[in-house]
Amino acid sequence: MGTLVLEGLSKRYGAATAVDRVDLAVAEGELVALLGPSGCGKTTTLRAVAGFVEPSAGRVLIGGRDVTRLPAHARDTGMVFQSYALFPHMSVAGNVGFGLEMRRVGRAERDARIREALRLVRLDHLADRLPRQLSGGQQQRVALARALVVGPAVFLLDEPLSNLDAKLRQEVGLEIRALQKRLGLTTLMVTHDQDEALAMADRLVVMEHGRVLQVGSAEDLYERPASPFVAGFVGRCNLLPGRVEAPGLFRTEGGGALPCGPAPAGPGILALRPERIALAAGPDGPGVPARLSALTYLGALTEYHLDLGTGALVAVAPTPPPEDPRRRLRPGDPVRAEWTPASARVLPPEAPTGESR
Amino acid sequence: MSVASLRPAPAPVLSALLGRLAFGLAVASAYAVVFAPIVMVVAISFFDQEIVTFPPDSLTLRWYVNAWSQRDFARGFVTSVQIALAATVIGVPVGTAAALALVRGRLPGKGVLNTLLLAPLAVPAIVAGSALYMFYLRAEDWLDMDIKATLGGLVAANVLITIPWTVRLVSASLAGLDPAAEEAAANLGARPLTVFRRITLPMLRPGIVAAALFSFVASFENLELNLLLVGPGRTTLPVAMLSYLEFRMDPTLAAVATAQIVMVSALMLVTDRFVKLSRVV
Repeated sequence: MGTLVLEGLSKRYGAATAVDRVDLAVAEGELVALLGPSGCGKTTTLRAVAGFVEPSAGRVLIGGRDVTRLPAHARDTGMVFQSYALFPHMSVAGNVGFGLEMRRVGRAERDARIREALRLVRLDHLADRLPRQLSGGQQQRVALARALVVGPAVFLLDEPLSNLDAKLRQEVGLEIRALQKRLGLTTLMVTHDQDEALAMADRLVVMEHGRVLQVGSAEDLYERPASPFVAGFVGRCNLLPGRVEAPGLFRTEGGGALPCGPAPAGPGILALRPERIALAAGPDGPGVPARLSALTYLGALTEYHLDLGTGALVAVAPTPPPEDPRRRLRPGDPVRAEWTPASARVLPPEAPTGESR
Repeated sequence: MSVASLRPAPAPVLSALLGRLAFGLAVASAYAVVFAPIVMVVAISFFDQEIVTFPPDSLTLRWYVNAWSQRDFARGFVTSVQIALAATVIGVPVGTAAALALVRGRLPGKGVLNTLLLAPLAVPAIVAGSALYMFYLRAEDWLDMDIKATLGGLVAANVLITIPWTVRLVSASLAGLDPAAEEAAANLGARPLTVFRRITLPMLRPGIVAAALFSFVASFENLELNLLLVGPGRTTLPVAMLSYLEFRMDPTLAAVATAQIVMVSALMLVTDRFVKLSRVV
């Protein structure tokens, strides 16, 4: 196992820039997730690490060694592909043993290590099957075992859960995470699914237009997003453009006055998580008065759409018990919304990058 | 709800029934068009009279006996098998390599090359045959050697059939191949040549087997291309059948054709046991 370092990694296709000067260091045993919408450059970055994409500029270092110009087969990475990419004409054991065969590991040791790897993913009883005889989740685990068995310096996961159904996704995600921690694998993962990233990664890298927007722990990104894009992409967020008029007072574009956290006076975007809004029924009392425009009962949670007259907000709260007056709220009813000033962060307005989506 | 409002219900049911009937009829007639000639040929091969009338007076196997005793047919059969086999053995590797270059390679003018490689399928075989005939005559003068009516000359001509068939079928299976499997092999430490030998080629196997089968069959049953290139003592089965037809008009040909149909069907069934042809073609 080693570290993975990207230095100023760029990939251009003609005039288009897929990856734009990405700097990143993955510590030994750490799982870092590249997160972003499709086309943000996260997959290209991963493929550049594996050696399938030749960078236009920058360096890739694995365990301190510059591998930028090495072909894929000479880099010590273990990759799990989105489509699993199992060899359809080889048995499960054949698939898992392929990397060992390439490393000229003797038959006896090879068989032992195949068995060990398959036991790790709980598939030792299916060693003789062909990939097409396995379920999607089982194929995924074969792909994991195949990448793990060679003991790669860096473990690469390309959208590892996207082909699994929702129920299996969480289970396999936790399993991969447990395995990664137990074996201390230095891992770079690509995903467009923020839940997946939040649940699995030590650190997340949010990318857009080939650039890194923010790097941090799940909590860093969720609680302290650096830009409206990150706030909107990691979790749900109300984003209201306007300006800070006085300390703690945010004036929305619609003219409404909302409490906000500390921020310098000037234009900004108010970012407020739906679950930080406390709702009270009735027109009188503290809080920002609003009218309920819609509500959705989601079982454990209820989602409220609020019309402030000067803008709209979405609030999410645990569904109150039956005797609570909020259970009798109907669209059109007056309500009051309250939040602590620190929950409403003012972010810099979206920088005019010239690129818009 | 009133009873009247329920009345119109049977109408859509009837139209759906009619629709399904029409669909079934269309499918059945399509199959009939495809199979009628085959059924006719097989049936006629057992009819007893020389001039085919329907219904037959009685059934017989004598046309099979007659076909067996015609030395031209036996020799034509052997020649056809030799030519088709040799043309397949040469054409499939060449066509596979060409397909790889066309689908995977970074060649300029790929489209033109693809069209050129498939052209023999588009040019009427009789035109290609005439052109080859004239070319062979010239080449014989220049090189001072026999080409026409030699095994080599015939095989060279039939490679023009086997290459385009192979290019077409192998290209199709290459296009459907997930490149991630090859990347996975490289990721596991396999060098490019090892990736090709251990991953790409085995994954292409169904396409290559199908290409070999169809190349063989297309070459074996070809009449027009070989028509002008055969000579006395070296003729293919289809050409021998045509010559027979010039003098006689009896169900012997139907017997030969039936034997061919059985042979090709058997070949396909055996191949299908190893490679599901419906998946590649």
